[in-house]
Formats: sequence, structure tokens, C-alpha cells
Amino acid sequence: MTETPEAQAPPGRLPIVTPVRVVAAICLLAPFVATLWVSSYAKTGPELGGVPFFYWYQLLWVPISAALTITAYLLMRREDRQRKGLKGGEGQ
Amino acid sequence: MKDGVNTPALVIFILFFAAVTVMGFLAARWRKADNALHLDEWGLGGRSFGTWITWFLLGGDLYTAYTFVAVPAVLYGAGAAGFFAVPYTIIAYPLVFMFLPRLWSVSHRHGYVTPADFVRGRYGSKGLSLAVALTGILATMPYIALQLVGIQAVLDVLGVGGGNSTNWFVKDLPLFIAFAVLAAYTYSSGLRAPALIAFVKDTLIYLVIIVAAIYIPMRLGGYGHIFDAAGQKFATINPATHKPIGSLISGPQAQWGYATLALGSAMALFMYPHSVTGVLASKSRDTVRRNTAILPAYSLMLGFLALLGFMAIAAGVGKGVTGFNAQLAVPQLFEDMFPDWFTGVAFAAIGIGALVPAAIMSIAAANLFTRNVYKDFIKPDATPEQETKVSKLVSLVVKVGALIFVLGMDKQFAINLQLLGGIWILQTFVSIVGGLFTRWFHRWALLAGWAAGMIYGTWKAYGIAAPTTKHFGGSSAEIPVIGQIGYIGLTAFVLNLVVAVVLTLVLRAAKAPEGTDETAADDYTAEAGESGVAEEKPLVAPAG
Repeated sequence: MTETPEAQAPPGRLPIVTPVRVVAAICLLAPFVATLWVSSYAKTGPELGGVPFFYWYQLLWVPISAALTITAYLLMRREDRQRKGLKGGEGQ
Repeated sequence: MKDGVNTPALVIFILFFAAVTVMGFLAARWRKADNALHLDEWGLGGRSFGTWITWFLLGGDLYTAYTFVAVPAVLYGAGAAGFFAVPYTIIAYPLVFMFLPRLWSVSHRHGYVTPADFVRGRYGSKGLSLAVALTGILATMPYIALQLVGIQAVLDVLGVGGGNSTNWFVKDLPLFIAFAVLAAYTYSSGLRAPALIAFVKDTLIYLVIIVAAIYIPMRLGGYGHIFDAAGQKFATINPATHKPIGSLISGPQAQWGYATLALGSAMALFMYPHSVTGVLASKSRDTVRRNTAILPAYSLMLGFLALLGFMAIAAGVGKGVTGFNAQLAVPQLFEDMFPDWFTGVAFAAIGIGALVPAAIMSIAAANLFTRNVYKDFIKPDATPEQETKVSKLVSLVVKVGALIFVLGMDKQFAINLQLLGGIWILQTFVSIVGGLFTRWFHRWALLAGWAAGMIYGTWKAYGIAAPTTKHFGGSSAEIPVIGQIGYIGLTAFVLNLVVAVVLTLVLRAAKAPEGTDETAADDYTAEAGESGVAEEKPLVAPAG
């Protein structure tokens, strides 16, 4: 997907790709790999309290995914404040 | 099914129903604004909801009564295939984390009420915006109808309405009453009514699922026994097809279908107009982002809810009954397992679980009609007061339409159309989400891509037969090139994207007029209270 120059322009002086954003992106992408790669977990064992692996593995990913999304949220919020701070310094 | 009416359960059910009806009407006074006649008030609750109200509202909106009945019904009937709802709701939130805050910001700055408003503003194309709006209305209508199916399932098991009563009016009277009440308070209170009722709905649902997930396995001899019983059922060979009737673990030939259905549904979830309405009603960009982090609590609940389908198997629900309606499996399980009074609470949860999404869906469909058909094509100079008036009336029409649909036509038809609706709504993804990040796509190319996806998806789904229906019997078919069975909606989306990209290249080379973009880059990251958001809104909104 090609982006227009205006969509690329960040609202501050930080570059578009920062280490924080990369970590946040990994947090957000991990659940996709974990849940869409079905053959990696489509099996009965090991069971957990009588529940086949297929079911408890997917249920376990609900809290993991939530924790990862919260991490991404906190990282992005911190960086957004940083960006806004930079912008406020030059503009308003 | 027990004989006759389950009186204690029915009394509790009616009490809850009466309580939320009162709440629905009182909601009009809740957080009331000065200018009650603006569409932002009736249609978006004044764009004022904070983190927790939004959480309850979206939870009440996305996890509908039909979900509660249909998801466990698939697990009950076919096993693992139905569990796709869990990965679907797991990946939905990281996915929308990436684009919903941008949609909120640009909508807030420009006073957009619907996703089609954004498309018109971004691409300067009323045609594309109309396509998005009509797709939204078409996909939402059968969804509202299915909420009625959810209520019907509960009423059936309670022993009132439905069944074999000869008089059609007596048979459907309870459903009429429920819907008349819903229509009345949605009309008078707008989005505030479902927002307030969602508190009751979600609390009841959590309570019922937690109790069910602990109490029912205790009575049935534990989760191990439940999965054993389900495994045995699915190993049974179907005499007609000579294949097992289901599978406890997704088999190799079903895994593409499982993953594509999860991904496609996750992408479609926030394309539905009612989801967008819930998002735009929140008061800040941060509220939206925070909600994508706390909404997964509902996914956990959905997972346990899905497993109720297996519990119904272990409890022997519908065993030996020929042609048992799988949709009744969970309501019947509740009635068999719970004491009568708690059955009433559980059924109230499902019943109210139908009212909240039905109200929001009808509001969202009405807003689409008002903003993107009425104002854009019929009466461009409509005042906000007139917009609100039209929206309120259309919300009534939409609900009556859904009621006629369910009563007059085969229920199976509503289910088929809802599956088709999912395929359709996914075709608006390129225009909406693409537009949130880039203006590279050409508006005509997007329209052509949308048309290609709609036609391909409808044609493919038309060709699918199921035991109960000749056409539109499912939503999975062979993916061209890859050769695996996958979700039609996602295949159509890929086709849609390819057409949009290729035609954009062609149209750009031909220098076709691009239309004006009324949005600016920093509109997409704006937060409430920043310059150009709250202050400018009254000026921008009437110009629309």
C-alpha cells in the first residue's frame, strides 16, 4: 500500500518507525499468528482438567492477547504524549 | 421441553423485562444535553460516553442474543467449527486498535455520524458513500431480525408463544409486545436507552455464564466427562454421508475455513454500522483505545458460553428427538439444569441481550439512511432537527421491517441473509480502513472493487446448498488458486482489494478526477478538546 505524503507526515519530530512502535506492533500481531495458525494447536493433548488442548489453548490466548493489547496501548500513549509535546513546543 | 408454561421463570423474565422498559424510557433524561434535537444527541448519545459506559455499550452491542443462541448451537451440532468465534474475538481487538482511534478522531473533528459520512468526506464521492451506506443497511436488517429469533427461542422454551398454537396472532403476541416496547423507547430516548440497559444486560450475562460454567459441569461430572460425551457424539457416522457428524478437534481439511472465518469475521466486526455507532458515541480517542484493551473480557465469556453447547450434549438435551432445533439447545439446557427462578434470570439475560443490539442496530441503520440517503440525495438542506426526526421515524420502519421479516418468512431465510450480510459488510473494509490510512485509492476503483466483492460473494454463497436450504446454505467455499475451503467473505475481500489496486493504477495513469478530500493529516490523530475538535464541530456539522 503506497501512502500519500500527508499520511506519512508524523505530527511531531519523531520518525514514523520508532523502536516503541515496533514493539507495539509485535504485541498487536502476535495474537494473529497464535490463533490463525490452526494446525499448531489442533490436537487433543495435553489436556487440562479434562479440556482438550484445542480449547484451553485458545481460551488462554484471550487474557494473553488482552495483556499484549494493554501493553501496546500504554506504549503508544507514552509516545503520543512525547509527540504532542514536541509539536506543542514548536507550534501552539 | 417441560409441558406447559414454566411460571416462576416466566414471572422473573417479565419482571426484568418491565424493569428495563422503565429504564429505557427514563434514559431520555439521563445525561441530557441542551440541544436534544441534534442528531448527535438521539443518534450518538451526545458523543459523551466515557470508558465504562462505552465498554458496557459495545459489549452489549457486539455480543447479541443471537450469538448466545447460535454459537453454542454450532458446537452442539458440529463441534470444533463453532469455536472459531473465540479466535475471531481475540484478534478483533488488536486489529481495531490499529484503525478505530483514527476513525474516531476524524469523525469527531468533522462531525461524521456514520462510516459512510467519512467515506464521502474523504473521497468526495456521494456514490461510494451511498454504496457503503446501503451495504450497511442491508447487512444490519437481517441481523435485527435474528435478535427476534433469539427472543423466540427463549419464549419457546418458556412455553409461551410459538409452538403449535393455531392462531398466528396469539402465537406471536409476546414477540409483538417485546418489539413494540423496544421501538417506543428507542424512538423517545435514542442511543441513551440501550446504553443504560446494557448495564443490566451485561451484568446478567456475566452472572449467568459464570454460574453456568461452574454449576453445570459440577452436575454433569466435570469438564472431562462433558468433552468425552461430545467426542462420542461427533464420532457417530452419518448414514447419509458416511462421514462423522462432527469433530471435536478441527481436522486438517477444516483449518483454512476455521482461520479465514475468524479473520474475515474480525475484519467485518467493526464495519457493521452498529459497532461504529458505539465507537463514535464515546467521548474521546483515548476512550476508544482503552476499550480495545478491556473488551476482551467479553471474549472469555464467549468462550465459556460456546462450551455450553457441549454441556447440552452431555446433559442429553435433544437426545432421541428427531429434528431437534439446535438453537434451542442452550435455553433447554438452562431449563433442565437450573432451578426455575434462575432459569428466569438466564432467559431474561438472553431476552434483554436481544433488545440492546436491536436498538443500536436500528439507530445505526436509521442514521445511515438519514445522513447518506436522505440528506445527500433527497433534502441536502435538511436541518439537524429534521435529520433527527427522519432518523427516529426510520428506526421504527427498520424494526417493523425486521418483525415482518421474521414472522412472514422462513426463519432459515433470515439466518442465510445474515451470513450473506457478513460477506457484504466486509466489502466496505477497503474504502473505510484503507481511507483511514491513505488517500492513494481512487474512488471509482474502490466502487468497482466493492461491486466485484459483492457480486462474487453473493454468487458463491448462492451456490451453497445445505440440508435445510438450497441456496445460501453456508459461507465457506473453495478459494481459487489456493484450492482450500475458506470463508467466502475473505476471498471476496481479496478480489475487492485487487480490483481496487489495479483500477487505481489505471485511473491515476488516465488522470481521472480524484474528488476533494475535506480531511487533513492531523484530523486522524486529534484528541477531544484539542483545537479544531470541540470548538469547530458546530460550524462543520451543518455543512456536513
